[in-house]
Amino acid sequence: MPSMRRLSEKTLIHVVLIVGACMMIMPFLWMLTTSVKTQQDAIKFPPDIFPKQLVFMNYLDAFRQVDFSGYFLNTVIMTFGTTLLVFVTSVCAAYAFARLKFVGRELLFMTFLAMMMVPIPVYLVPSYVILSHLGWIDTFLALIIPWSVNIFAIFLLRQHFMTIPQELFDAARIDGFDHLNILMRIVIPLSKPVLVTVGVFQIVASWNSFLWPLIVTHSDSMRTIQTGLAYFAQAESTNYPLLCAASTFTIMPLVVLYFFVQRHIMESFARSGLKE
Amino acid sequence: MLRRGWWKAYLFILPAFLVVIAFRLLPIVQAVRMSFFRWGIAGPLGFVGLKNFARLFIDPKFYLSLSNTFWYVILVVPMTIVISLFFASLLNTKIRGRGVYRTLYYIPVVTSTVALSVVWKWIYNPDRGVLNALFNMLGLESVKWLHDPRGLFELLFGAFGIEVTGFFAGPSVALLALIIMAVWHNAGYCIIIALAGLQNIPRQYYEAARLDGATGWNVFRHITLPALSPTLFYLLVTQSIIAFNTFTPVYVMTDPPGGPLSTTNLVVFYLYEQSFKLWNLGYANAIAFVIFILIFSLVVVQRKFIERRVYYA
Repeated sequence: MPSMRRLSEKTLIHVVLIVGACMMIMPFLWMLTTSVKTQQDAIKFPPDIFPKQLVFMNYLDAFRQVDFSGYFLNTVIMTFGTTLLVFVTSVCAAYAFARLKFVGRELLFMTFLAMMMVPIPVYLVPSYVILSHLGWIDTFLALIIPWSVNIFAIFLLRQHFMTIPQELFDAARIDGFDHLNILMRIVIPLSKPVLVTVGVFQIVASWNSFLWPLIVTHSDSMRTIQTGLAYFAQAESTNYPLLCAASTFTIMPLVVLYFFVQRHIMESFARSGLKE
Repeated sequence: MLRRGWWKAYLFILPAFLVVIAFRLLPIVQAVRMSFFRWGIAGPLGFVGLKNFARLFIDPKFYLSLSNTFWYVILVVPMTIVISLFFASLLNTKIRGRGVYRTLYYIPVVTSTVALSVVWKWIYNPDRGVLNALFNMLGLESVKWLHDPRGLFELLFGAFGIEVTGFFAGPSVALLALIIMAVWHNAGYCIIIALAGLQNIPRQYYEAARLDGATGWNVFRHITLPALSPTLFYLLVTQSIIAFNTFTPVYVMTDPPGGPLSTTNLVVFYLYEQSFKLWNLGYANAIAFVIFILIFSLVVVQRKFIERRVYYA
């Protein structure tokens, strides 16, 4: 009976896929259940899977112990500042690289691309020294400005801008549009999907960035949510309900975003290759 | 044409150009310069020529961090790719709920490494952790996970009374804990990429193979793998770079930082220690230079020796 065999084969595939899915989400479920347990409940061994009583106070307590609302605000400022500037710098540069003729264009573009070959750890120490010369350490400038250019975004947008038909530009010139008008009225409206890709990628990358904020900020008032969580994890290293509550809070904004724009996130990560 | 306003093009490039000069190009020049100096928290402390590089050769902790990184990369990358390929192949069959699986598998990819490290540290807790509870339930002994510096090969060969030490002791149990978490963290991304690659393989290939009587493993070996090889090669390169740059789990999870007997001290973490804990900024740049060379040659070697076996249709 071939149909029976097909059916059992499909069941087997589902079983394996479900086991896989469980392994992927188990840590998250464990984080969620721990986050609403009492400390006593949490350290029971062997542990109960479900909490005896739900303690949502853990979330409030985590907020009370360290300034998570401040960290959250800092992260929002950093994320939106960076993303906004990345849009401005990359749209402008990509437009020039794709549609304008000027001396040194290829050389400049190649130089930009070459910068992508250098791994991030190489930048840490010299950037720190440069930022301290500028007096930017422990300010938003240090968090935002060095990452206000995303070379890959320039590359991606340039590729896209080159596919826009020349006739549109010619017509716009005849109508007397200047470059800024062309950008705002033709190029940007025609590039929405790529711009979403760039934006989503940048938001996720900024929100999750850790090593950079760790080295360029010192004071508690400048901590981002990631460095704040790492700090909290050291200060409260054994209070797992609080740590899990804080972790849940940290990942929630992106997980919610993910469920809304899932396809865009997958696509932008697929195109850019590198996370972090 | 646009001749008259030629200078406007430079105006458009200018914002990006300034940032690239100040925070991409200048740091590289600065890094090279600094590597010839003894450089402390307050600035240069004197020119030392190549001494920072010479020090690399006699620094045992640097060697240890390199061998840790070697084991880490060489285990994480193939494991992630093989597991992802397996799940992607299952997802590439005509089954229901493919979207749901994809969604679930991908969640770890968008979550922050810091939060995941906190949670996994809890899972790995030697006395209270859920993983050891699971082990005990299955009749296995508790493992000390992040606190166990013994090498895997040391344990394996030790069972036969053979003693191996140093590099050949292999990755420590603690490092293995980080490796497992990394595979879990990156699998979702690789699954989605591999699945897209699988879906791009023309159906005619499979039909032709079936007409020729090929089945199962043969189809996978002679149709799927070659057709998927550009995707796999892409994953190999990007995942190697990601694994090589690992920092956060070492920082958040291991205690003392760098793990028991420094067996989870990966090279980027060692760079961080030397620069922002010990403030040996000159020496740190020598380490950064080695990191650059290693990643660069990793990519070059992969291109030279593995890309030859890639079929670009």
